Amino acid sequence: MLKRVHFPSSLLPYLLVAPQIIITLVFFMWPASQAIYQSFLIEDAFGLSTEFVWFENFEYLWNDKHYHAAFIRTGFFSLAVAFLSMSVALILAAYADRVIKGAMTYRTLLIWPYAVAPVLAGALWLFMFNPTIGIFPYLLKYIGYDWNHYLNGNQAMGLIIMAAAWKQVAYNFLFYLAAMQSIPKSIIEAAAIDGAGPMKRFWTLILPLVSPTTFFLLVINAVYAFFDTFGIVHAITQGGPAGSTTILVYKVFNDGFIGLDLGGSAAQSVILMILVIAMTAVQFGYFEKKVEY
Amino acid sequence: MASITLDNLTKTYGNTEVLHHIEGSINDGEFVVIVGPSGCGKSTLLRMVAGLETVTSGEISIGDKMVNDLEPADRDIAMVFQNYALYPHMTVEQNMGYGLKIRKLPKAEVRQRVEEAADILEIREYLPRKPRQLSGGQRQRVAMGRAIVRDPQVFLFDEPLSNLDAKLRVQMRLEIRKLQRRLGVTAIYVTHDQVEAMTLGDRLMVLNGGYVEQFGTPIELYERPASLFVAGFIGSPAMNFLPASAAAGIVTLENGVALEMDNTADGKTTLGIRPEHLVLSQDGPLRLVVELLEQLGANTLIHGVLEGTDTQVIASMNGVQSIEAGTVLSFDTPTRDLHLFDGDGKRI
Amino acid sequence: MIEKRPLLTVLTHIFLILGVLMVALPIWITFVGSTHEAERMLQKPIPMWPGDQFLNNFNSTFFGAGSHGDSAPVWRMMLNSLVVALMIAGGKIAISIISAFAIVYFKFPFRMGFFWMIFITLMLPVEVRILPTFEVVANLGMIDSYWGLTIPLIASATATFMFRQVFLTIPDEMLESARIDGAGPMRFFWDILLPLSRTNIAAMFVILFIYGWNQYLWPLLITTDSDMTTIVMSIKQMLESAEQTPEWNIIMMTALLAMIPPIFVVVAMQKLFVQGLTETDK
Repeated sequence: MLKRVHFPSSLLPYLLVAPQIIITLVFFMWPASQAIYQSFLIEDAFGLSTEFVWFENFEYLWNDKHYHAAFIRTGFFSLAVAFLSMSVALILAAYADRVIKGAMTYRTLLIWPYAVAPVLAGALWLFMFNPTIGIFPYLLKYIGYDWNHYLNGNQAMGLIIMAAAWKQVAYNFLFYLAAMQSIPKSIIEAAAIDGAGPMKRFWTLILPLVSPTTFFLLVINAVYAFFDTFGIVHAITQGGPAGSTTILVYKVFNDGFIGLDLGGSAAQSVILMILVIAMTAVQFGYFEKKVEY
Repeated sequence: MASITLDNLTKTYGNTEVLHHIEGSINDGEFVVIVGPSGCGKSTLLRMVAGLETVTSGEISIGDKMVNDLEPADRDIAMVFQNYALYPHMTVEQNMGYGLKIRKLPKAEVRQRVEEAADILEIREYLPRKPRQLSGGQRQRVAMGRAIVRDPQVFLFDEPLSNLDAKLRVQMRLEIRKLQRRLGVTAIYVTHDQVEAMTLGDRLMVLNGGYVEQFGTPIELYERPASLFVAGFIGSPAMNFLPASAAAGIVTLENGVALEMDNTADGKTTLGIRPEHLVLSQDGPLRLVVELLEQLGANTLIHGVLEGTDTQVIASMNGVQSIEAGTVLSFDTPTRDLHLFDGDGKRI
Repeated sequence: MIEKRPLLTVLTHIFLILGVLMVALPIWITFVGSTHEAERMLQKPIPMWPGDQFLNNFNSTFFGAGSHGDSAPVWRMMLNSLVVALMIAGGKIAISIISAFAIVYFKFPFRMGFFWMIFITLMLPVEVRILPTFEVVANLGMIDSYWGLTIPLIASATATFMFRQVFLTIPDEMLESARIDGAGPMRFFWDILLPLSRTNIAAMFVILFIYGWNQYLWPLLITTDSDMTTIVMSIKQMLESAEQTPEWNIIMMTALLAMIPPIFVVVAMQKLFVQGLTETDK
């Protein structure tokens, strides 16, 4: 935590932390406290008067069918994105780990989606699945499947899952590959001498050995799907059709900026803050543990 | 150059006192080695002298000046660290000159002093290199060079040789000693290696559990160890300890053998005899049942037990010996080479 | 690989190449889309092979007025993005490294308090506290300015945390040695700490540059002036206008231009990027 020897206390350390602390206070602490404060208020439709209502906004959310649905939808979306992107990444990493020459070339070719902004990823997938001109609806017609995510909620959900997972494959791949490459060669060789073939080794050796990475990525991917996918949803579906892709982050934005329900939006913000702090705590706990070894 | 005085020094971390009332004075130009097992507080003591640890109570003086509250840089000292602590991104020359540069010495003078030091240590050709391009021994020299260029009153060494291999250690040991003599600078050297301590130090401060066990010349420590701890720590192989009871000039061993000694002690004691002081003697009182020999060429170590007891004893004999296991040998020891310690481990 | 099974090796490569194709497909389609005329992009099936309109599209996108008349030319948006990304990356690194320095190398009252304050509050993504933060920025008159686009995003727990980790791995003897040499805190910071953290700073820069370049929701809210538009947020406006006049070639060209800088940074500085990612994200 701290060096054994340190500089004597003076004004200097305060000056050094000042910029960060000031920005934190002005743009993080204050807004967060405002969000908490506003979550106890209800404003009338014209923004003329506000009333302090304690937990009424939260009670409303607690009983709100739409909010429940958004919650469940977000959970499903997160799990689907995590599962899809992690399993693809795991398989690709397992193969890349096998090749002696060229593993780094494959890595180079696989990591770039990380650099693509979520909203751009959304735009690309939207284009590929555009019901009128997109390449995939065109191909799907041949097998008799009608694609129109503007009308079909399940298809819309499927599309944002694919776009979000595509972007995240690169990240997961990097971590899986690094984890696999750090497994000592001798362990793999010992298993090979014991007669375990490549498939057997993958299931009984590599998979358990990378399980800490799997857990870590699960949390990271959940956080990503919860909070970093706004751009994808905004570009592809705007939460539609009929709210079928309205995930929580999108709902906060939508209710606040479009619906102008400040109290309700603030209450949702507070709930999301609690969620993100909980997720971070899990992630941090894992990290501290990992550091000890 | 300067003398150093440690006056009633105490160091406390939280509620644990790690150094207890350390007293000692080091003469101008003297080479003092602080030696002891790991965790005895020897590094802490050195770092207090350097100013890297605060003093809980007591005083440290360098020359005539009390330095307790001075910054390390203002104490006129130089330190060589165990891992050398060379700045990895600077060349050897920059490493050596960094302290002088901070002191705002003219560039030409910095260069001149660095080159002089480099010549003394024969590392001139390495001046443009980075530390990672050097071997362990070369880095060690650079670390010393960094200390030399500052021309300090005191050199502090914190186990500087422990990262080197055995052969290089012996060589560097000699060089450090020669260098210190040549520069005539006062030095404090911390090590856990008693051979290093014996060969380097004008005087040794033996530290154990935060207490000074003994502070004296190597020969004093060898000939008259003040405590069981010092007796066991100094000398190799270590001194044999035989449980005994004493009464009015007679010391009786567990097996009933009685030795005459000039002492006034009473009750439980420990008799110490160095392996090299056990002399083969036809009807010596100390009878040893031989278990195992270790042939070292120049001498032979005889491992055995004192007849009639379980006490392990080692005797050292010159040259190559061939003795069967199970043989009983008789030894004698001149009275002046017997060491007697009381129940608290203090010399009697 | 332990066994010598040529068939398995071939299969491995085939599978990996399929993976690469799958990952690259959207980007390929974007590229193809940017090389055709607008009309061609409305006929089914859309082309899968590049056309010859790349330079035309590039010219009209990069220097022209974008797909609808009132927006700034793409070069202007890219310039905005570049300024924003550099300010965010540079600013985050600067303020994080000095606060990590204070927290690791000084003992002062409230040290841990500051650390936790930075750590906990900055974990809250902009998305969850978007409204009140917007109000603060609006009240400070920072709408439509580079300051408004960057400063609220500049405090960083991850960067502070990473520099703290880096400093903790630097041997204590560096500091002790420097103190014996007479270096004060700032001298030590400039002469020793900064040079020793060089690669970490570079790695952090890669990640934060991408983070800054790819910002979307925040610039969307904070800019109303089309001269302040960043290229990433312009895509959404183009998609909206595409519903009336779909100029997919221009949209795809813009998307391509928006992707190239961050992709270039990732691929060119791959080693630093991977190091930065695996170290920052714990």
